[in-house]
Amino acid sequence: MDNLMQIAMQNVNYGSIMPSLVLCIFGMALLLINVFLPRGKTTPASWIALIGLVVTAVFAARGWGDPQFGFAGHVALDKFASFSNIIFLFSAGLTILMSDEYLQREGYPIGEYYPLILFATAGAMWMASGTDMMTIFLGLEVLSISLYILAGMFRGQLRSNEAGLKYFLLGAFSTGFLVYGIALIYGVSGTTNVADIGMYLKSHPAMLGNPMTIAGMLLISVGFLFKIGAAPFHMWAPDVYQGAPTPITAFMSAGPKAAALVAFVRILILGLDGLQGDWTSLLWVLAVLTMTVGNIIAINQTNIKRMLAYSSISHAGYALVGLVAANQIGVSGILFYMLAYTFMNLGAFAVLVLAGKKGEENLTLEGFAGFGFKRPFLGVAMSIFLISLMGIPTTAGFAGKFYIFAGAIKAGYIWLAVLGVLNSAVSLYYYLRVMVYMYFKEPAEDYGWVTLHAGAVISIIISVVGVFYLGLIPGKVMEMARMALFF
Amino acid sequence: MLDSYLPIIVLIGIAVGFAICTTIFSRLIGQKKPTEVKLAPYECGMPPVGSARERMSMKFYIIAMLFIVFDIEAVFLYPWAVMFKKLGLFGFVEMGVFIAILLVGYIYVWKKGALEWE
Repeated sequence: MDNLMQIAMQNVNYGSIMPSLVLCIFGMALLLINVFLPRGKTTPASWIALIGLVVTAVFAARGWGDPQFGFAGHVALDKFASFSNIIFLFSAGLTILMSDEYLQREGYPIGEYYPLILFATAGAMWMASGTDMMTIFLGLEVLSISLYILAGMFRGQLRSNEAGLKYFLLGAFSTGFLVYGIALIYGVSGTTNVADIGMYLKSHPAMLGNPMTIAGMLLISVGFLFKIGAAPFHMWAPDVYQGAPTPITAFMSAGPKAAALVAFVRILILGLDGLQGDWTSLLWVLAVLTMTVGNIIAINQTNIKRMLAYSSISHAGYALVGLVAANQIGVSGILFYMLAYTFMNLGAFAVLVLAGKKGEENLTLEGFAGFGFKRPFLGVAMSIFLISLMGIPTTAGFAGKFYIFAGAIKAGYIWLAVLGVLNSAVSLYYYLRVMVYMYFKEPAEDYGWVTLHAGAVISIIISVVGVFYLGLIPGKVMEMARMALFF
Repeated sequence: MLDSYLPIIVLIGIAVGFAICTTIFSRLIGQKKPTEVKLAPYECGMPPVGSARERMSMKFYIIAMLFIVFDIEAVFLYPWAVMFKKLGLFGFVEMGVFIAILLVGYIYVWKKGALEWE
């Protein structure tokens, strides 16, 4: 008991949580600033939030060195976490940039919006750098609770309410699965530390076949697959994505999804390595199912926001292919792909933010008729993002898919790669259809309500640059993603 | 080993005995002036009979949430106070950070008007 303080001092290492710490301080400061700002004035808050993200990015970039461990092995700020942190920061930054005018237009200039995004990002960072199941769980909860509120933020809109409630109920349910899985694995191995679980299972191979270990692995997978939005746990995604405020939909489809994926990668590859045969065969089936379900149902959608929700499901399927491969190129492909997806998807949503009317009734295919000629800048930008989502060469989407499928082929999953490419071909139809409506239909409207707000335009430009940078010279970022691997 | 549980058993005995004794003695020697209200089942001060579909005001939930926040603060403060000397300056600063975070929440709910009943 006497050396309690020494134990506490030795294990705490604030360097290991520096990025998320800075983000939380900014979030809390913003919360306080908001209540002293006049009602409905959120523009200063958005700027402070952006400054907070930039400062955090500096600390996150400094994590790109020797790994820092802290809090008795609960947290590790390694290159894997740092690379993921940059993905989260980009998705949060682009979201905040496109948000301010949107909130004013929709009539909900709510100050809590920005601190909640910062807290969600901090939660995502804990998930990425968590090396203990409990830290990962804590991060997941901080992230999810912020998102539940953000999804239901437009109190007067029925669809937003539905999104918030649905996401909350199903999310809480899936979290229950995750905790139960953690409890079972703890029961088997006697530890919640991911690396220790891996060591235990390595030294006790008899426990690998134990039903409790298998059940634990399955329940943890259910929890994460829900957050990723993989089939058959994708049912919440379309309604939540359609009902939530558009920038929040964009954020949800990129940052939190990447957070769940990287935490899932760490647990599966570091902790449940011994069960690789089991979880690869499981994820093989689910990856194919997710890609196919997402792509096929997306074909039938007439609302572009809902279509992008299904497309987001199918992209989760592509990312899972990299996890099935579970080799260097596959997993670094996941990191690369999530960064690429952040740019292309947030870019596409930024166009939707600008193209929308109050209440978002016009985000249908018909509502985009002739949009490309009436609004050339947005039309070209939207086309670039859609081409990238299809996975056409010279764009980020192609490079990402290339690395992931290359990883699958190298690991011997030729059929998985073939099915992935076939799915990409299916997706051409519904992405191209938007472009057909934009350029080959007679304009039904003059789109007079579309004004180019600086914030959203900046986020579109950043996304375009990101899409082409990752598409044309992917080597450098891919090299960093490879260095980020912990195995 | 079970010896250490003896004080707890004694305490349980005293608590049960006290409850039984007060019930019996108040029944035996207490004054009884029954009225209709006194004989009705006790429901925390609410009328016990009425529609079950009454709507509760949001205010109750907000107060309940605030109560939980500060309740948890108290739960953490007690063990910290017991170990204060051993945790030393580090513990003091950590607890200061914890309370500062709660203070942010407190100022927030105050300014948002969650503490005003009307």
